[in-house]
Amino acid sequence: MPFALEARDLVKRYPGVLAVDGVSFGVPDGVCFGLLGPNGAGKTTTVEIIEGVTPATSGEVLYRGEPAGSRFREETGIQFQATALQDYITVRETLDMFRKLYDRRADLDAVIDACSLGDLLDRDNRKLSGGQRQRLFLAVALVNRPRIVFLDEPTTGLDPQARRNFWDLVKRIRKEGTTIILTTHYMDEAQVLCDEIAIMDHGRIIAQGTPDELLRSRYPGLIIEVPQKDVIDDLAALEHRVLDEAGVVEIVASDVSKALADLGPAVRTLNHIKIRQPTLEDLFLDLTGHSLRP
Amino acid sequence: MKTLSRIYAIFVARNREFLRDRGTLAWNIVLPVLLVGGLAAVFAGDGRDQYTVGVLQAAGTEIAREAHPFLQTRYVEFVPMADNAAALRKVERHQLDLLVALGDPVRYWVNPDSPRGYFIERVLLQSGSDAAIVREDVTGDPIRYVDWVLPGILGMNMMFSCLFGVGYVVVRYRKNGFLKRLRATPLKPAEFIVAQVLSRLLLILAITAFVYTGTHLLLDTRMDGSYALLLLITVAGAVSLVSLGLLIAARVNSEELAGGLLNMITWPMMILSGVWFSLESAGPLVQKIAGMLPLTHVLDAARAVMLDGAAFADVWHHLAWLAVMSAAFLAIGALIFRWTPG
Repeated sequence: MPFALEARDLVKRYPGVLAVDGVSFGVPDGVCFGLLGPNGAGKTTTVEIIEGVTPATSGEVLYRGEPAGSRFREETGIQFQATALQDYITVRETLDMFRKLYDRRADLDAVIDACSLGDLLDRDNRKLSGGQRQRLFLAVALVNRPRIVFLDEPTTGLDPQARRNFWDLVKRIRKEGTTIILTTHYMDEAQVLCDEIAIMDHGRIIAQGTPDELLRSRYPGLIIEVPQKDVIDDLAALEHRVLDEAGVVEIVASDVSKALADLGPAVRTLNHIKIRQPTLEDLFLDLTGHSLRP
Repeated sequence: MKTLSRIYAIFVARNREFLRDRGTLAWNIVLPVLLVGGLAAVFAGDGRDQYTVGVLQAAGTEIAREAHPFLQTRYVEFVPMADNAAALRKVERHQLDLLVALGDPVRYWVNPDSPRGYFIERVLLQSGSDAAIVREDVTGDPIRYVDWVLPGILGMNMMFSCLFGVGYVVVRYRKNGFLKRLRATPLKPAEFIVAQVLSRLLLILAITAFVYTGTHLLLDTRMDGSYALLLLITVAGAVSLVSLGLLIAARVNSEELAGGLLNMITWPMMILSGVWFSLESAGPLVQKIAGMLPLTHVLDAARAVMLDGAAFADVWHHLAWLAVMSAAFLAIGALIFRWTPG
């Protein structure tokens, strides 16, 4: 099956910095593809090259098998990470203006409804809250009935409730068959929304696959967390992997019973242990070096 | 059709943004009204503080001061004049206090309605020359300073509004990412630019017409020519100035730099384009530089129509110049236009 979108060997070099270093991936139609990575990993640059906003130093972007051109522009919707709208213009006027820039035009009422903007239509863009702005940006990205939607860190700065509402919205769009490319550094967001992910660091993709595949290959079992202060013996003797993180020792256990038996003599008590499924957060921290870079 | 629809969408949104920004809108109207009113009050006369005498002689020659004792009078500005008809018109309009042609006899033209003409005529007659002298009368209403300066102030307001109103806004759009957002749509640079030109053109025409009408009614300013031609000059001028603003804003990322560049462009025009005072007696280099500035052509053409009743044939070269400049500014602007900060 040809990809809806394909990036081939993208390179972006700024003076003294290699921001994107040979990134390639393909996105099948109808999936939600997540591009993850710490801040400064090159996600936004990669996505902006694909969107046609930033020129690549080398490499190519194919849309449905052809070099991305005017058809791509007509059929994509983009929500940028940092952008602004005109002052003194209302939500309805903003949507109407952007809609008129396209030949493909969505039913505006449906977009307004989907993004819950009904009560805000006559409000000046300047008077929107963070969550309301994000919903408007998403609505702007949907005014042309896009076949692909790019969402660049769409929930950064939103409160937990606004984030969850936004996720519901994205799921609804995804259900309608729209392909979604999501960049985020929130692993829970990727886990909830993405069918497939690629993790970037230092301008390269360091892991790619479905979240399940990636987690299974890296963590063949559950994770046992033990507070570091309870550890009285050297855990390195155990056959399990140890991940130090914020005063907690994490042990990846393929056989939990055996792991607990081995762990017993090495800790003061088992009363404070936690056993949980591995998450993308674990994978991300593991792959990118255990710390979220600012 | 698609192009028109996109241009129209951007045009409408920009108009709304401008018209709803009440502070800026009010300033665009209030500033020229205050300036014209203030100047009319301050320069209730003709705004000149020394006598001006035209000396008819061949083009490009220096005034030979030793030829007649009158030409040695202090505190009188003697301006060489080659065009007889133009010089007489200036006497008619009280722009020249007196016109003199040396020879035998010496001939001079004076406007009997001009008090300044009366005084300088006395000086001429008592300058101590024995040469025969012949007086000719020229009549006509004076051009007040306010008549002369009105096109200058309207032109200056238009210049600021076109250059800053477009240049600054485009740089701000680029800096805050609005242009990047537009870049991700099928909108083309030329469409965006045309929409900006049209929007500013419409708004500046409305404001200029409003201020002109108000001033005209209030101060009964002079209008000897055709309003249609004046409108054409205003349109050509506004387009060239907006285009220049777009050219300056085509790649700049910072409002500070844009402000500096726009000042660098507007100040020479303020001084050299004849907003406040005539440059007729300025040196040839200054005249040459002034001739390269769009505002000079706007003001020369507008004054010719308003004060001298000039027709299209008299000002077409100014319009052609403005059209050429607009085309060049727009073409280069569209070519080097950048949506995102580099």
